[in-house]
Amino acid sequence: MRRALTVFHALGLMLMVFSLAYALPLVTSLLYRDGTLMDFLLAMLMTFASGLLLWLLTRRYKGELSVRHGYLLVVGMWTTMPAVATLPLLLVLDHLSFTDAYFETMSGITTTGATVLVGLDNMPPAINLWRHELNWLGGMGIIVLAVAILPLLGIGGRQLYKAETPGPMKDSALTPRITETARNLWLVYFGITLACIGALKLAGMNWLDAVCHAFATMGLGGFSTHDASIGYFNSPAIELVLIVFMLLASLNFATHFLVWREKSLRLYLRDAEAVGTILLILASCAGIALFLWWKGTYASFWTALRYASFNLVSIATDCGFASTDFNQWPIFAPLWMLFLSCVTVSSGSTGGGIKMIRTLVLFKQAGREFLKLLHPSAINPLKIGGQVVPNNIVFAVLGFIFLYFMTVVMLTFALVISGMDFISAFSAIIACINNAGPGLGTVGPAANYAGLNGFETWVCTTAMLAGRLEIFTLLIIFTPRFWRR
Amino acid sequence: MKILILGAGQVGSTVAESLVGEANDITVVDTDADKLRALQDRFDLRTLVGHASHPAVLEQAGIADADMLLAVTMSDEVNMVACKIAASLYNTPTRIARIRAADYLAHEELFNNDNFCVDFSICPEQILTDYISKLIEFPEALQVLEFADGLVSMVAVRATEGSPLIGRELSFLRSHMPNTETRVAAIFRQDRPLLPEGTTVVEANDEVFFIAATQHIRSVLKELRHMDQPAKRVMIVGGGNIGRRLGLALENKYQVKIIEHNKKSCERLAGEMKHTLVLNGDGTDENLLEAEHVGEVDVFCALTNDDENNIMSALLAKRSGARKVIALINRSAYVGLVQGGKIDIALSPAHVTIGSLLAYVRRGDVAVVHALRRGAAEALELVAHGDRQSSRVVGRRIDEIDLPKGATIGAIVRGEQVVMAHHDTVIEAEDHVIVFVINKAMIRKIEKLFQVDVGFF
Repeated sequence: MRRALTVFHALGLMLMVFSLAYALPLVTSLLYRDGTLMDFLLAMLMTFASGLLLWLLTRRYKGELSVRHGYLLVVGMWTTMPAVATLPLLLVLDHLSFTDAYFETMSGITTTGATVLVGLDNMPPAINLWRHELNWLGGMGIIVLAVAILPLLGIGGRQLYKAETPGPMKDSALTPRITETARNLWLVYFGITLACIGALKLAGMNWLDAVCHAFATMGLGGFSTHDASIGYFNSPAIELVLIVFMLLASLNFATHFLVWREKSLRLYLRDAEAVGTILLILASCAGIALFLWWKGTYASFWTALRYASFNLVSIATDCGFASTDFNQWPIFAPLWMLFLSCVTVSSGSTGGGIKMIRTLVLFKQAGREFLKLLHPSAINPLKIGGQVVPNNIVFAVLGFIFLYFMTVVMLTFALVISGMDFISAFSAIIACINNAGPGLGTVGPAANYAGLNGFETWVCTTAMLAGRLEIFTLLIIFTPRFWRR
Repeated sequence: MKILILGAGQVGSTVAESLVGEANDITVVDTDADKLRALQDRFDLRTLVGHASHPAVLEQAGIADADMLLAVTMSDEVNMVACKIAASLYNTPTRIARIRAADYLAHEELFNNDNFCVDFSICPEQILTDYISKLIEFPEALQVLEFADGLVSMVAVRATEGSPLIGRELSFLRSHMPNTETRVAAIFRQDRPLLPEGTTVVEANDEVFFIAATQHIRSVLKELRHMDQPAKRVMIVGGGNIGRRLGLALENKYQVKIIEHNKKSCERLAGEMKHTLVLNGDGTDENLLEAEHVGEVDVFCALTNDDENNIMSALLAKRSGARKVIALINRSAYVGLVQGGKIDIALSPAHVTIGSLLAYVRRGDVAVVHALRRGAAEALELVAHGDRQSSRVVGRRIDEIDLPKGATIGAIVRGEQVVMAHHDTVIEAEDHVIVFVINKAMIRKIEKLFQVDVGFF
């Protein structure tokens, strides 16, 4: 237990750092004079004070973090951060319960984008900005950010980074120092976000909407400042800009960084995962547009293509914007979109789900089994983009997929037991565990998660956290072996 | 010539053997005393035990007055450093290094006189790979040799039963193929050379060497033999240095399978190859060969470093119905034993690669040397210099040149143009002349013939 206190020490420090995040809504509040200034100041102080208290109380246990502590710290951070982030919501919106507020902030920070709030259009701008900022911070990962700006974590930094970053292969460092890697990733992330803000402004949004939606797009979060989501704007230009930036955010940011460093776009083609992600999405867009046109949902193919591509890209990349109620489409289309949300995005992106790399690995593994039947003596290593994937990673991927499906099944059962219909329950869990956002049925794009009861809300909150931390990192601290010496 | 050879491995000892026979003073340096003793027992040369790149060892080996340094140890790095030291400390005129890593070779500036001072680099494995690739490209050829940067090729084929050539005089060849110019340079009948003349009649089982512009090779082959289907399926046994290179060179054009017995090497190979099927097993395991349909293979190459295994797996493959089988055989006694029997081609790596070294050792301006028939015969590409006064070839018709009996001029390359040799063709300065020599003893005479009189300078 004494060593666990080391984790609390680091946690205290991180909470203090996290309190800086209130600066942005504070400035917004000042600019728009929406009357939330005191609430945000209070929230900031409380966060900082609790962090400081934790830090001071445990300062005798200051020390290096081991691998185990890394997992504990990541889980600790990802559960306490949403908790403290509820403070402004609870202070400003007095009818909101803690359960709903925690769901909302967890949804924000895990970049799910599912909301329980109604009347977003009339919220104080600072509150909306705060929700979107959570999207943005959670996208690249708050711990990656901490590693980037604070060398406080010492050698444990790489472990933390691995525990938080999604994807099965995390050993390829871009730079010799993990701090440098994290910093570069955040710089790229920041740069593309700035570009996104500019593009959205040019496409016709006001500054607040542009900043908020850029945050939600780059984090693949999917919060919106409007109840009707992107449908509110009804602008093809905005949809096009968002599609482009969602696709960018669904690729590995390490690849973006390399492209920027080498000044060569060809590197995207060399990233097998990026090629897979983009091809799958483009083919699906065309296919779904044709399907909707053929089924007569839209009279013109181009309208079908516009709605199909925006909503499909949004769900497939686990962002979660909607420009129309795709729940009304023939059931194949939304189901296919939900399926894509499980497999499409690249590792190292800000999206969730199984990730394209694992899909590719399993696909190739299946091919390997065929070859093994035809040529029993063949040695056929699994290769992705010319690189051999070691067998232990293949096993890890298989283990992950099993846990993923078991988690989906169990949590779906939990919702069904509580009385939800199957399609809503299943789609809600899929949407939450993939950090996508809207599901189907009662949690579809036209409705939201406000109708869930307390138990159901907590189940969905768990699904979001498990999905963001890729299940292993969350579950490992519940294994007895983790606590054994 | 005083020649210092570093490394007494496969390449080093073959070079030594071949150069000793040409009246050179040879010193061989290696760290392995046993290998050196074996060399010294067989040949008239000096040996020295020591680390090949240490100046003290080099000095003791007599580098100070050596004319040429041949650094052919197993290590690229030792070879490069030895060349550098020879140039910096001892001013050795010619430095040749064996460099295997493609990465070094990709940076030519590494070898210039400001850096590692390597005058010429050779890579025996690459030469062998290219050689085998050619044999697969022309499945009916026994040997394919290139001259003048690939403009001219010399191809050896066996005249099989039913070939349109058999029972005909050579003069028939010209009337038979009016559009493609080709010359028969030599015929070997039961391992004895015949001097080809217009009236020579080709018999079954003769080995016919003909020479033609490279672009015509395929049409000539078509006339000489009933053209088989081009090769599609290739099986390689042995994923060592040569098997690996060959697999990489072939895998985009052919269906390649590699059989390798070491599992670790298999995994490395499979990681490197894109389309090749890598199989873990023994090349002499007939069950494995059957399971992988060796009978439908067009070219089967046994390339392990074990002669006996290569012979046995090639025999197995041939019996199962592989169209053409090639076995890599290091021991020259075995080569003679096997070639022309069930195994279509017995490859002696030493003889394939020695030519590239010999070109540097020869007097006169020799561009290419190919050893033929296990070193008994040779095909040379010589450059003629000077004028009618200073040279004994330039400005003369071919029938005026005092060629020793048994040597024939096959073709001449003038700039980019290939000229087939007629008795009245006149050789000009800077021509590349391709000469076929059926007996090594004549080589010295030919070299002399092409040397320019001192007055020229």
